[in-house]
Amino acid sequence: MAINAAPAVELEVVEERQRRDLGRLPWTSLVIIAVLVVVAVFAPLIATHSPTEQSLPDKLKPPAWQEGGGREHLLGTDMLGRDLFSRLVYGARVSLTVAAFALLSGGLIGLAVGIVAGYSGGKTDAFLMRVVDATLTFPTILIALLLAVSLGAGLRTIVIAITVIIWARFARVVRGEVLGVKTRDFVSLARVHGCSHVRIMAIHILPNVMNTFMVLLTLHIGFVIIVEASLSFLGAGIPPPTPSWGQMVADGRSHIASAWWLAALPGIAIMLVVLAFNLFGDWLRDWLDPRLRQV
Amino acid sequence: MQRFIIRRLAQSLIVLVVLALVIFALARVTGNPADLLLPEDASRDDREHLLKALGLDRPLHEQLARYLKGAITGDLGTSIRYRKPAVEVFFERLPNTLTLVGIALASAVAVSIPLGLLAAVYRGTIVDRLSGAIAVLGIATPSFWLGVVLIYVFSIQLGWLPSARMGGPLHYVLPTITLAAFLVAGLMRLVRSSVLEVLDTEFVKLARIKGLSQMVVIWKHALRNALIPVVTLFGVLFALLVTGAIVTETVFAWPGVGRLTYEAVIFRDYPLLQAVILMKAIIVLGVNLCVDILYAYLDPRVRYA
Repeated sequence: MAINAAPAVELEVVEERQRRDLGRLPWTSLVIIAVLVVVAVFAPLIATHSPTEQSLPDKLKPPAWQEGGGREHLLGTDMLGRDLFSRLVYGARVSLTVAAFALLSGGLIGLAVGIVAGYSGGKTDAFLMRVVDATLTFPTILIALLLAVSLGAGLRTIVIAITVIIWARFARVVRGEVLGVKTRDFVSLARVHGCSHVRIMAIHILPNVMNTFMVLLTLHIGFVIIVEASLSFLGAGIPPPTPSWGQMVADGRSHIASAWWLAALPGIAIMLVVLAFNLFGDWLRDWLDPRLRQV
Repeated sequence: MQRFIIRRLAQSLIVLVVLALVIFALARVTGNPADLLLPEDASRDDREHLLKALGLDRPLHEQLARYLKGAITGDLGTSIRYRKPAVEVFFERLPNTLTLVGIALASAVAVSIPLGLLAAVYRGTIVDRLSGAIAVLGIATPSFWLGVVLIYVFSIQLGWLPSARMGGPLHYVLPTITLAAFLVAGLMRLVRSSVLEVLDTEFVKLARIKGLSQMVVIWKHALRNALIPVVTLFGVLFALLVTGAIVTETVFAWPGVGRLTYEAVIFRDYPLLQAVILMKAIIVLGVNLCVDILYAYLDPRVRYA
């Protein structure tokens, strides 16, 4: 009886914890993320103007609430007379697209390397971890800039560049998790049953590091958005006229004295979105995988 | 110890060689490097001429040999924009970046240690929550945007501080804040968790039992030990600052190697960019190597890890 009772109590504790934590969902973050996703998906319906259409007579119009602003352009216009609100809306799309592709490719490479390194151990592990360490200590943004110049700026380049920057972070954490998982009995059992190594990694190890992987993905969304914005700011991101928030700050910089909103508003958008994803990521980590706190 | 140093040195060299090969390959994978250098409306004759001048008409292995030989002797090509050896341009600008990075690193450490310490000692109080909020906000703020906002507030609206280029001490204020800000957020939390950990150890409890005052316990026992992980991070912090300097120097028109990197990107000055990247890599790897050796010297366990 005593043996049977123990897991039941534990289960209750877990349920209790989940109830409590779900009650403290990070609502502000969720609302911001939801708005961002809706805006990105339905950009053409939400934007009041074309994000790239220029209209020089309307250039540098202030936002509606400022003197000289009109209802036509809610957040004013830039130096080419393009509607800032519409550009911000389409910019959300660019940020999310880049983040999604870059996280998927960087995350998956890191996941694969981490699992192989952790599971294989020995020389393979030592070699892969050397490469990971080298990548982590190296200012990888330099490689990103190099790629932008040699491959030409664009979605593909920036996704490759961010992949180079983030894969090692994923690999290191996933490997650490795998080291713990592979000593568990079910792995030895699978081995005794004659499962191949590939099969063990795919169906026994992988599901057990999925929580960690999901938490890592969420925690990196904000980081990736900032990296994309920084690369765009440096002219190595998505090329104009496609609006991206980082590049909008760069454009607004030269008009900062007369038109503060051009640089300020896209920056606030980046900050809000990154803040929301980071807080959500922290919550998800505490809920799914509290041990990752140390990472 | 010697074996450790040799092994770490070899590792750094391998990273450098791989990087040099990546740079070489990237310029060729995507077509002819000459196309990166030429304006779009260049004539066929111009192109032929440039190919000859750069030795790009030679077979690939010959080009590679020439490139590696150049890299070893410090000849990384001529900057297109400055019409000078790229390495020379780099070294002209380097001191400006090193002073900025040095001041930013010192200020970041000077601010984050007291803040992190306060947050740990007054854990769970308003002080702790406030520093937590600052950290979360700091991480979410893109530093290029922070720089632009600082210029707007302190240079344009208030007129207190200069907004661009080098000059007197006042010119350092805004770039230093921008560059240090994104370190402070992370560093502060690191100091906090590290102090919390040490405050929980036996020797701190013993110091308390001995009847030492709170001040002595915190300063002499807790903080000293809590700073070890911070010191080991020096290499990483330095690499972060070298990266951060690109954006900061761009915002403030600071004539350092960060701004030079930006110019190389914007003007598609490939020889300059490859020189800047290789030189920065050498500096960052060198600093990391020194930190590791120092650490291994102080803590023998590391040598055998």
